[in-house]
Amino acid sequence: MRDTLYLALRYLAFHRVKTAILVAAITLIVFLPVGLRVIVNQSSQQLTARAEATPLVIGAKGSPTELTLNTLYFSSDVPARTTHAAAAEVTETGLAHAIPMYVRFRVRDRPIVGTTLEYFEFRGLRIVEGRQLAILGEAVLGSRAAKRLGVGPGDYVISSPESVFDIAGVYPLRMPVVGVLEFSDSADDDAVFVDVKTAWVIEGLGHGHQDLSRPEAAAGVLRREGNVVVGNASVMQFNEITPDNIDSFHFHGELSDFPLTAVIAVPPDQRSSALLQGRYQSAGLSQIVNPTEVMDELLDTILTVEKFVIAGAVTVGLATLATTFLVFALSLRLRSRERETLFKIGGSRTAVATVMTSEIVVVLAAGVLLALCLTFLTQRYGDVIIRALIR
Amino acid sequence: MIRIEDLRFRYGEGDFQLRIPELAVESGTTTAFIGPSGSGKTTLLNLIAGIIRPEKGRVETRGVEVSGLSDEERRRFRITTVGLVFQEFELLEYLTVLDNILLPYRIHSALTLDSSVRERARSLAERVGISDKLDRHPRRLSQGERQRVAVCRAVLTDPPLLLTDEPTGNLDPVNRERVLDILFDYVEDSGTTLVSVTHDHEILTRFGRVMDFRDFHAFGEAGSGAAGGAS
Repeated sequence: MRDTLYLALRYLAFHRVKTAILVAAITLIVFLPVGLRVIVNQSSQQLTARAEATPLVIGAKGSPTELTLNTLYFSSDVPARTTHAAAAEVTETGLAHAIPMYVRFRVRDRPIVGTTLEYFEFRGLRIVEGRQLAILGEAVLGSRAAKRLGVGPGDYVISSPESVFDIAGVYPLRMPVVGVLEFSDSADDDAVFVDVKTAWVIEGLGHGHQDLSRPEAAAGVLRREGNVVVGNASVMQFNEITPDNIDSFHFHGELSDFPLTAVIAVPPDQRSSALLQGRYQSAGLSQIVNPTEVMDELLDTILTVEKFVIAGAVTVGLATLATTFLVFALSLRLRSRERETLFKIGGSRTAVATVMTSEIVVVLAAGVLLALCLTFLTQRYGDVIIRALIR
Repeated sequence: MIRIEDLRFRYGEGDFQLRIPELAVESGTTTAFIGPSGSGKTTLLNLIAGIIRPEKGRVETRGVEVSGLSDEERRRFRITTVGLVFQEFELLEYLTVLDNILLPYRIHSALTLDSSVRERARSLAERVGISDKLDRHPRRLSQGERQRVAVCRAVLTDPPLLLTDEPTGNLDPVNRERVLDILFDYVEDSGTTLVSVTHDHEILTRFGRVMDFRDFHAFGEAGSGAAGGAS
């Protein structure tokens, strides 16, 4: 057996291109449906688990899927904005705790999540390095975000401009990293958390600049009209909030009008949840969604698509398998002279058959093994793939 | 060594029929079969080796009636008793020279491949001047080198009977002499019986006995064997 296997391996090694193509074909035949199944299972588990841990999400009317994906996974598709008043309304009902969410900006490809300290408690997120957010302008990073950005407590992160061509847009804000969260194997690991007010500063709704009432800032005064001082372009705006300049930071406008992408509502019981959902059933500018229901709908769509994809993969797989066997059959036919030589020399029928069979078995085994490796990798890194797809 | 009695063979329903009433080849002798193409020389070689079975008659080699053996028994007989050298060398393109020489040991359980066999293969390769090409594949060898590999493969099992079909058919004069030297040196050293089919009349003088299939008469060692016939 060892000798016949050796001959089979020599043949496959000599015809390495043909062997590689056959192995790749077998790998794809096995991996496509299995890998897809694994990805779908994982995504279904992930989507369901996080959705089930998030009771209700309130946002502006629009796509419930977009609202849910942005709130749960911080996806880059920003839903229609609601206002901070929506969070206040929830709190006023007394039916749920309201956690404001503003997920619009990024630090490179990592989402900046503007929220309150209640979010960390709600998700059970713990600081493993440094400390929790304390003052305006600070940032706490998820474990993966800290690793990818290569920063930790004492370092800084800078918000990315939304468009380099938007010269009237918001300026990047330099934020000190004060803490890193424990790994939670969720979307939180990829996020840069800031206070919701810091997110508004990034938006440009709040800012800090030189105090124009001070004599040294006189050069920056364009005109004074009573209590109103109008500055010129030379007035320096701060792009970092420090203990020295924090007092100069202020917000223009009503806090209740400031934007949020969503409000996570955490009712204490089922009754409160039902009552709260009832309040939002009537026509209005806001919508309330149950993330579990949204994800179930999304999964139904994914499962339907998966069925089509698997059906396609199986069809292509069968065709490839048939072609593979045709290649083997033709190869055996072309090698009839070689078989004859082996028989003439005195090769036993068993040995010659074993050589030829071993070649097929080795190719099939290599293909299946490679497919299993790919499946293992998919299982191991499936969550990364899913997160990348959602992002 | 080889005894043939009342042999008849026909390929299917074709016109060709080989008929040999009686033939004997003694051990340790060298015999050449000559004759025109289609006269049955290679067919007789195949019958002696047990590659094909006669329609009628007996083929006995070293006391074994080859024609009476089963298919698997004849394979075992060949791998242990017969060394074969083919006109087209019949080397496997995907094996190196060394692996081609060792091939008989990998295709039948009657032979066991061990270090002594490998050593013997290397020694044979050195003897025929291809020891520096053991890692090469056949397509990177000259015709003469390929034939030498085929000879090494045939004699590696130390067979008592060596059957060669046009062993010099594709070779230039220099390589022809070289291959013949190798074959005849081996036969002389080992006492092996050599039966060779050839069209090359220039090499006939090296054989102890020549059988001409054309006129159905053996010549060379007059009266030493019976005539063969082809029709």
